[in-house]
Amino acid sequence: MSEHLPILQIVVPMVSSLICILLRRRLLSWAFAFTVSAITLVMSATLLARVYAGGTIIYELGGWSPPWGIEYRIDILNAFVLLLVSIISTVVLLYAPSSVADEIPASRHHYFYSAYLLCLTGLLGVTITGDAFNLFVFLEISALSSYILISQGKDRRALMASYQYLVMGTLGATFIVIGIGLLYAVTGTLNMADISARLDEVGSNRTVLVAFAFLTVGMSLKLAMFPLYLWLPNAYCYAPSIVTAFLASTATKVSIYVFLRFVFTIFGRDFAFDTMHLDAILMPLALIGIFVGSLVAIFQTNIKRMLAYSSVAQIGYMMLGISFLSVTGLTGGIVHLFNHGVMKGALFLAVGCVVLRTGSANLDDFRGLGKRMPITMAAFVLAGVSLIGVPLTVGFVSKWYLVLAALEQGYWPVAVLILLASLLAVAYIWRIVEVAYFQEAPEDAPEVKEAPFLMQVGMWTLIVGTYYFGISTSMTVSVARKAAEMLMGASS
Amino acid sequence: MEWPGLYNYWIVIILMMTGFYTAISRNNLIKKIIGLNIFATSVLFLYITMGKVRGGTAPIVVEGGAIYSNPLPHVLMLTAIVVGVATTALALALVVRINEAYGTIEEDEIIVQDQES
Repeated sequence: MSEHLPILQIVVPMVSSLICILLRRRLLSWAFAFTVSAITLVMSATLLARVYAGGTIIYELGGWSPPWGIEYRIDILNAFVLLLVSIISTVVLLYAPSSVADEIPASRHHYFYSAYLLCLTGLLGVTITGDAFNLFVFLEISALSSYILISQGKDRRALMASYQYLVMGTLGATFIVIGIGLLYAVTGTLNMADISARLDEVGSNRTVLVAFAFLTVGMSLKLAMFPLYLWLPNAYCYAPSIVTAFLASTATKVSIYVFLRFVFTIFGRDFAFDTMHLDAILMPLALIGIFVGSLVAIFQTNIKRMLAYSSVAQIGYMMLGISFLSVTGLTGGIVHLFNHGVMKGALFLAVGCVVLRTGSANLDDFRGLGKRMPITMAAFVLAGVSLIGVPLTVGFVSKWYLVLAALEQGYWPVAVLILLASLLAVAYIWRIVEVAYFQEAPEDAPEVKEAPFLMQVGMWTLIVGTYYFGISTSMTVSVARKAAEMLMGASS
Repeated sequence: MEWPGLYNYWIVIILMMTGFYTAISRNNLIKKIIGLNIFATSVLFLYITMGKVRGGTAPIVVEGGAIYSNPLPHVLMLTAIVVGVATTALALALVVRINEAYGTIEEDEIIVQDQES
């Protein structure tokens, strides 16, 4: 049984998403989805522990040996991403019932949870697979179900946001499949490890260059890198609260994982950075992304949209870590991938509580909330502090490694820019603190009480994570460092 | 190689760019989807062209051991067709809902309505 864990990780949520439709009852389907997600969490934690102790796990689907069959290859990097996805999914589902009951008609709940589980399946599948075409299929499973989830938002603009995401996401996925096809034309195989080995023999010719270009652009669209992020703010702004929290913490992170996998494992560091000079594009775009995202965030009046722009900036940090092309930089990038997932999840869950009680996420509705919803606002501030990067929080850990990596390479202006960008984060978090704590609620404001118990539990779980992994960094950093060493070593 | 070489690839490029341009330039939401479809179809063409061996038959056991085309790209494209159908269906369903909510499927008119509300 236990040697089949890699495939169960995918099959359990996939089959469950179908069963979920049949359940029909509102609370039953929620309890079912939550249980399934918790099971995937246990499995991914087991897998990470096993990979950490014993090295890469290779699972052959149906007993067909690679490169003919599909293989699932779990190393320290994707085990870490699997854990992030299943943690966030489980916590968000724990939080979900009241929020979903408020935002989605009761008759559609079982469909909603079904699409949610399908999205989870896709994200886990993208992460776990060692086959390039299988990756594309899972990418589309997660993307299609996330379009459905986003379109469930109350506001009619959610429909347009979902449509725009669909067009951009499909273009991105098609770019990726063109790239995979060109790689197949050169190497005659779809197995990632096999492609990588044969590319070394082929060297670089024009087909490989074109494949690299298509893949890079396609993945940058999916992960919302700076000029290609236009789908993100609307999608996160109008989606139901729990969908925003789930996608913001996982979908772009999984895409960054795919980026790492293609650039480092398949093409190899030498080709991507020495021949193609990817870092020369990546670093400026990452820095521009950090500043544009943070600056635009300061001027938003909708808090969900503000956090979405902040996500664009945070993705910039991760890409910056990758562009340093050093073990420390990659450690910073990978650890930020995990840390940002946890803290942005916490922030969006806190906003979800406010949306439940006040009915909107506009800055005006936050007036006086510090007194009226003290527990929720305390959670928001604690997670916001982490986003700024104050010591003892996870945000500090990742920025520490990024600054360290910048100084290691002698890029001290970059280090200064990272610190300056943190001040911008102070600006946009402070606006909310000011409105919530130092302004009185308007006379006609409706009575609000604290969010329901389960929402508090979900939110505070992530807050505790934000501080736990900020103080005790041994687990996340050592895993990220191992993954970074593997990526740098695999391609040297 | 004499011009035009493997002319299939020219067709792929023309289809790809037609679809891509349509998908990003049209205002009408249905036309965008049509563009996306043409774009996706060019990928089918690309893969099939790759797998074709001149004079090759279907990969079945026949007397005399004939040359056969690579079946794998064809199989992959079956999957890609399914993905394409699912995407198109979802996109059309969204357009129906958008039309119900806004009473139009022209993107510029929708943007105007959103700004007014």
